[in-house]
Amino acid sequence: MTMTSATVVEPRALLLAQNRWHPVEIAFWLATLLPFYFFPSYLSLASQIAIAALFALSLDLILGYAGIVSLGHAAYFGMGAYTVGLISKLGWGEPLSLLVVGALSAGLLGYVTSFIIAPFRHLTLIMITLGIGLLLLEAANSASWLTGGADGLQGVRIWPLLNTFEFDLWGYTAYSYSLIVLFVVFLVARRLIHSPFGLALRGIRENAVRMPAIGAPSRTHIRKIYTISAIMAGIAGALIVETTETVSLEALSFERSADVLVMLIVGGAGRLYGGIVGSIIYMVARDQFSGVNPQYWYFWIGLLLVAIVMFLPNGVLGGLQRLTAGWKSRKP
Amino acid sequence: MIGPFVAVMFDGFAYGMLLFLMSVGLSVTLGMMNFVNLAHGSFAMIGGYVTVTLMNHLGWPFLATLPAAFLVAAVFSVAFERTLFRRLYQATDLDQVLLTIGLVFMSIAAVAYIYGTELQPIHVPDYLRGFVTLWGVNFAVYRLFLVAVALAVSALLVVGLEYTRFGAQVRAAVDNQRMARGLGIDVDRSFAYTFALGSGLAGLGGALAVEIVGLDHSFALVYLVYVLIIVSVGGLGSIAGSLLAAIVIGISDTAGKYYFPYLGAFLIYLVMIIVLMWRPAGLFGRR
Repeated sequence: MTMTSATVVEPRALLLAQNRWHPVEIAFWLATLLPFYFFPSYLSLASQIAIAALFALSLDLILGYAGIVSLGHAAYFGMGAYTVGLISKLGWGEPLSLLVVGALSAGLLGYVTSFIIAPFRHLTLIMITLGIGLLLLEAANSASWLTGGADGLQGVRIWPLLNTFEFDLWGYTAYSYSLIVLFVVFLVARRLIHSPFGLALRGIRENAVRMPAIGAPSRTHIRKIYTISAIMAGIAGALIVETTETVSLEALSFERSADVLVMLIVGGAGRLYGGIVGSIIYMVARDQFSGVNPQYWYFWIGLLLVAIVMFLPNGVLGGLQRLTAGWKSRKP
Repeated sequence: MIGPFVAVMFDGFAYGMLLFLMSVGLSVTLGMMNFVNLAHGSFAMIGGYVTVTLMNHLGWPFLATLPAAFLVAAVFSVAFERTLFRRLYQATDLDQVLLTIGLVFMSIAAVAYIYGTELQPIHVPDYLRGFVTLWGVNFAVYRLFLVAVALAVSALLVVGLEYTRFGAQVRAAVDNQRMARGLGIDVDRSFAYTFALGSGLAGLGGALAVEIVGLDHSFALVYLVYVLIIVSVGGLGSIAGSLLAAIVIGISDTAGKYYFPYLGAFLIYLVMIIVLMWRPAGLFGRR
């Protein structure tokens, strides 16, 4: 958020200006329809990307906007995923209601844990989020009678969407469904960020101690956004189970938390489109290099992280913004 | 009844000593610079692979590989500190976490590429094998050796920090970095030395760990979690805190695996979260 001139802007006007849809944004969302016509054989991948983008968006709300560094965000993703998986195993497979239940269960976990994380910053916060993630993973691993342990949950069956659209092998339904859910959640996130509440979150990110001094209750705000973010992560987890009909411990793993962090950082944290752009880059690259041993894949991820921290502090979108800003200022 | 209990306690204690060696360096450097270095586990892993390589490929005796593990890890760490880490001392936690976790990923992949993903075999010399029986309880000689090394190192550290000029500078920097700079102490230089020393100790710990916990490419990440738990529970910059936390974690982890195998590492994580909620700066932390 760089203001070129030092003029004082009225807050309401500032928020309204941010809330206006930019043509690039509209073009971006229209472009998400392209896979239907140009890459029909990649629709399953596209649906995975949309889900990853949703997960990254949920992390962006807490990390990019409120400055809560989390190394255990997979806890909420996995919570949503296992809730959906377990209920469908019991014989109820209606996708939309499962999505709501998955979101609620993750939200409940998020609400409870938000009380734990809200007072902390820095290393303590990182360790507590990491600990919560690992705790849930260990719990799911130990309760193998419930979760199937390392083998994953067997026998997940999801009914057709709205009783008409079967989840087909090519991913038509999966991508349409994931894209619509992503778009709806994105609208919510967008509205949230461009509200006074969103502005307060950015204030907390910049200085969590000073915010209460101007009358913004930091902890309450942090608890709110953490719960909202957990709900969104739960929706992403529920979606991945509904579109793939599998759940395993991988949904709760540290790698899952680290991957989503990498996606967000690659795209640019603290920007609404950062997570989405980052997950497109990450998932497409991983698909292209899928022949490479996953062990070596992580070498390039590591190198990418180092390079981004050193040379591209605001991710790809931040770099683009800098480029276009330079280009605009050169024009008379 | 008492015999197995004592044996489990001793195993846990020895394991805790190992964890202490691997984590004390991070505790001190974090206390000084507040730099969240997740690559500390990678330096321990380097030590382990140095020992394995020297023993299995070059035929060095085990004891001679230990100083080498210390040195190589220290040299690596200084190289990274000078080129990468020092640029980020003023950066946000997020940037520090990202940079160092990137290095962890790279180190894991590099090791998997060079050594493969299988567990590395190691044959410690005969005089470190076997058991000593005292009061009807078997004590593994290797674990006794481990405890002796760790105690010697902690004694050296305490003496070094309490009674030398360098130690006084380090303590001053941990207590109040700006004030220490104001007094003319070259904090950056003493930090570089401390960083090398701490990473070297991690390397030594990694080398000693091969016989007990095994060594493969995931070592850097698995033990990173333990190291971070010990550092955050013990309190930043506190040697006594690290020692106590390492012993508690070592014993509870070993006893947990022995008496409640179905819980896995659950207990450790729970203990960590509760301790941090109770005392956010750790048991012995002041900030």
